[in-house]
Formats: sequence, structure tokens, C-alpha cells
Amino acid sequence: MSTKTYDAGVKDYALTYWTPDYVPLDSDLLACFKVTPQAKVSREEAAAAVAAESSTGTWTTVWSDLLTDLDYYKGRAYRIEDVPGDKESFYAFIAYPLDLFEEGSIVNVLTSLVGNVFGFKAVRALRLEDIRFPLHYVKTCGGPPNGIQVERDRMDKYGRPFLGATVKPKLGLSAKNYGRAVYEMLRGGLDFTKDDENVNSQPFMRWQNRFEFVSEAVRKAQEETGERKGHYLNVTAPTCEEMFKRAEFAKECGAPIIMHDFLTGGFTANTSLANWCRDNGMLLHIHRAMHAVIDRNPKHGIHFRVLAKCLRLSGGDHLHTGTVVGKLEGDRQSTLGFVDQLRESFIPEDRSRGLFFDQDWGGMPGVMAVASGGIHVWHIPALVTIFGDDSVLQFGGGTQGHPWGNAAGAAANRVATEACVKARNEGVEVEKHAREVLSDAARHSPELAAAMETWKEIKFEFDVVDKLDAA
Amino acid sequence: MNTASSMGDHATIGRYETFSYLPPLNREEILEQILYILDNGWNASLEHEHPDRAFEYYWPMWKMPFFGEQDPNVILTEIEACRRSYPDHHVRLVGYDTYAQSKGHSFLVHRAR
Repeated sequence: MSTKTYDAGVKDYALTYWTPDYVPLDSDLLACFKVTPQAKVSREEAAAAVAAESSTGTWTTVWSDLLTDLDYYKGRAYRIEDVPGDKESFYAFIAYPLDLFEEGSIVNVLTSLVGNVFGFKAVRALRLEDIRFPLHYVKTCGGPPNGIQVERDRMDKYGRPFLGATVKPKLGLSAKNYGRAVYEMLRGGLDFTKDDENVNSQPFMRWQNRFEFVSEAVRKAQEETGERKGHYLNVTAPTCEEMFKRAEFAKECGAPIIMHDFLTGGFTANTSLANWCRDNGMLLHIHRAMHAVIDRNPKHGIHFRVLAKCLRLSGGDHLHTGTVVGKLEGDRQSTLGFVDQLRESFIPEDRSRGLFFDQDWGGMPGVMAVASGGIHVWHIPALVTIFGDDSVLQFGGGTQGHPWGNAAGAAANRVATEACVKARNEGVEVEKHAREVLSDAARHSPELAAAMETWKEIKFEFDVVDKLDAA
Repeated sequence: MNTASSMGDHATIGRYETFSYLPPLNREEILEQILYILDNGWNASLEHEHPDRAFEYYWPMWKMPFFGEQDPNVILTEIEACRRSYPDHHVRLVGYDTYAQSKGHSFLVHRAR
């Protein structure tokens, strides 16, 4: 029998939503937020407010609260921690009961966790640092349509990273000239080429025309090299109907892989496309345009490790992760942390990599990490060390800027990568001995020698903006 | 300056996946890769096929995978025996990774004559 009575008015959130004695259940969805409260708001009250506003609460008591068992449905702030090296913010840990979320819906999880609460006045800034998805929830999601192991078997490539390149200039080529750039790179030794994310279906190159010429380029390069090749045909489109139309045509062309932009396209479209790919034996490459808007500010937004986990659940076989060493932002330890989330089946909590929770993925397939953005042959020893074999080293200018053209640029990338893998397998620390390993390989490859000469001075040494929190 | 005369040309030739852009591995180099396979706890195995059919996924196995074999010299001897039996075939060495349910390594150890 219920003993609660209705008492109208505004109560402190902490009375209901701050429960420091709560022991989270294995089935709870756990979240860690970095909270920067307004002045004069206590940590407990701010944490409780976040828990309330991202679950069952609103600003005032309502009579219909008493028609349900809110203790069963409410989110609970159960722990508060200092942020190392930061006095104004703190970490709030919140547990959400599983039944708050629709099965298999990343959309629903994000609508709750990063919905209204992010505009809430009692906090000055708020950042979702990590989510622990309970295995119960993971099992309701489709996940990667194929996964790392299936991709390797289908593409018949083992024991080394995949190599790719994005066609440049990224906008303005005709479909036939574009196909030429693709053909040259694939015959030179790359495994994949890629549509730039901006390439959808513009007046200078409509998608249907591009798909046909690119497919011819892939077919011919495959026939001549005897190796399996692919090109990520971008099916990102203004509507889902159009997206599926393009995906179907890619399949008709015999393409092994298509691509999608999961943040600008949205999780609903992404999850549907992943399901289509699973049913049609199509690999799915995922680009992440817009991510830096969401994840770069260390005080506000969503950390990329959360977006990466969401993508693995929504579905994708490749995901861009940054390179650590190239032209785009990325802290090494933090990158290793979310690369693990993409590829491994169980990842323990590890604060030194920014992982706030254990995460169990069960039997869900893994996602290839794609290292893309301003990389060239001199970066390859570090990339092989950082990303290992289950990755795609994705070049752009680092293939097509070669003084002898795309095929030679591709061959240089391939020779350098194979030399690094071979040396690594022999026990050489290739990142430390980069110059020797590459110089040695270049003795047999004039393509590599020319690439090393072209890019010997290029580095991207800027300080990282979004660092891991440390004292 | 990059003039036509100083520019190189990259010719397309048939390739065989991992390590096929490097010079053929000699005996010592193959031994190092066998040790890498064994150190990872993978099972070594040999496959061979005629170049005309090399694009296909499945190549005939040479005997059985060498389950549990820890002596790299045994595997070197088998490579030699396979090569002698099929001189006009490519021979590739594979490392089966039980946990990934995949091949951890795979590369050509003998190019068909």
C-alpha cells in the first residue's frame, strides 16, 4: 500500500535524485557527465538535477507522479568525483533503469541523456563523458552489419592494416575523371578509395554517373592486380528513400562497400542503412562530419568515445577516429581508448584512456578504426604502432600529391606499410626506428623514395585542445 | 623540378596481398614471420594454387594446419616440400587465429615458376 501523499510545489532535486548509497545494477545504463554548475548550486543538487532532467523529473512536483512507481523509473546520481586539474567542474555518475529506453534505439538513449538537460539553467556547461551500455541493451542493437572478421574474409586481406585514400580535389571533378583518379590509386596498391564526405550528388557529378565510372575503375584495377578492391560509394542523401535508392544501385554495380555520414545523416537513417547492409552483404564505411562541433569543447557537449559507442550499436563497419599524428585533433591515449571500444569485446575501466566504465560488447562484431586526415608515408610507422592491423590508413594528398601521380603514390603507401608490418613482426619498434625502416624499404621502391623526399618537412605539431583531464 | 624525364612510371603487375609489394622474403625472413605467427599462439598452415586461379578465396591446403607445432624449422621444411610438389603453384603461409576466427597473417612464401 502506498503511503505517499501529494505535496504541490518545488522540491530540491537532491531529495529525490541524489542517492549516494545506490549500488548500480548490471542492467542499468550508466553515464558520466562533467558538470560545471552555476555559482551557489551545490554539487549534489546539480548532479541530481542532471539525473532528474535526463530521466523522469521536471521542475515541479505533479500529481500524476503518484500514479506510477517513480523509484523504479527514476535516474539516480550515485557518485560525485573531482575532475583532475579542474576546480569548477566535477564528474557526476548517473544510473538509469533499463526500461527508460526503447530497445535498439540509440535515438531514444540520446534524446534522454543529451536532450533538454543540456540547456538547463542550473548548469553552466555539461559534457557527456562516457556511457556504460549494459549487455542487456547491447543485445537489442543490430551493431556493425558485417564486422572486422567478415570484412577481412570478404576482401581477403590479412595481417596488415587496410589502405585507403579519399579522392581529391574533393569537389568539382567529372565522374569520368574521378573514376580515373580511383583507378590509378587502386592499381597502384591501395585496397579502397573513398568519396569525400561532401560528395553526394552535385551538378558537376551526379551520383548515378559516379557509381558507374567508379565501378568500372574498381573492376579493372582488381583484374589487373589480382587483389580485391573497393570504393566507398557515399549514399548519404537528403532523404532515406533517396539513400536506399543509391544503396540499391551500388549493389547492382557490384560494389562491396558503401558509405554514410552518421551524424549529419542521423541515427535513424544510419541504423536503417546498417540493417540494409546486413541483409545485402554490403560493407558500411562511416564518416563523422559534425563530430568536432559536438565533441571538441572539453566542458560542453559529448565526448567522441560516446559517439563511437553509439555508432557501434547503430551499425557501421568502419569509423573515422582521427590519426593522432596528422592534421586533425586527437590525443593519443584518448584515441586508443575509443579505438578499443570499437574493436574489442570487453574493455575494462581505464581512466588513463578516458574510460569511466567497464564495457561488455558480448558477441557484437567490431568496427575498423579509420585513421584519416593529413597523413603521408612518414606517418606510417607511428600509425601502424598506434592502430595495429584492424584499421584503415586513409590517405588523401598523401597518395595523390606524389610527384609521379596516384599509382606511384599508392605504391609508396603500400610499400611503406608492408615494410613496417614486416619489421614490427620481426620485433622492431617501428615508430622509434621509422627512418631506418622506411629508408631500407625505399631502396627497393623508387616510388617510396620519391614520396619520402616530397614530404620530409611536413609535420602537424599543434597542441591538442581536448585533452584528457589530468592534474 | 618534376619534369617528364625525371618522373617515374608505376607499372601495374599482378600482386598477392600482404608483402607482395616487398622483394620476395628469404629463408631467414620467412623464419621471422613463422616465429611471429607462433608467438601469437596462431596455428601455421600452408595453401597452394596455380596462378590462373590465385584470385579465388580457397586454395587447396597442403596437408593439415600444423596444430600445436612450435618448431619453426618443421614449418620451413613443409614449405619446401609443398614447393617441390607443386613447382608451378604459388604457396602461401597462413596463421589461423582461433579467437578472432580469422587469419592473423597470410603471405606468399613461394612464387610459382
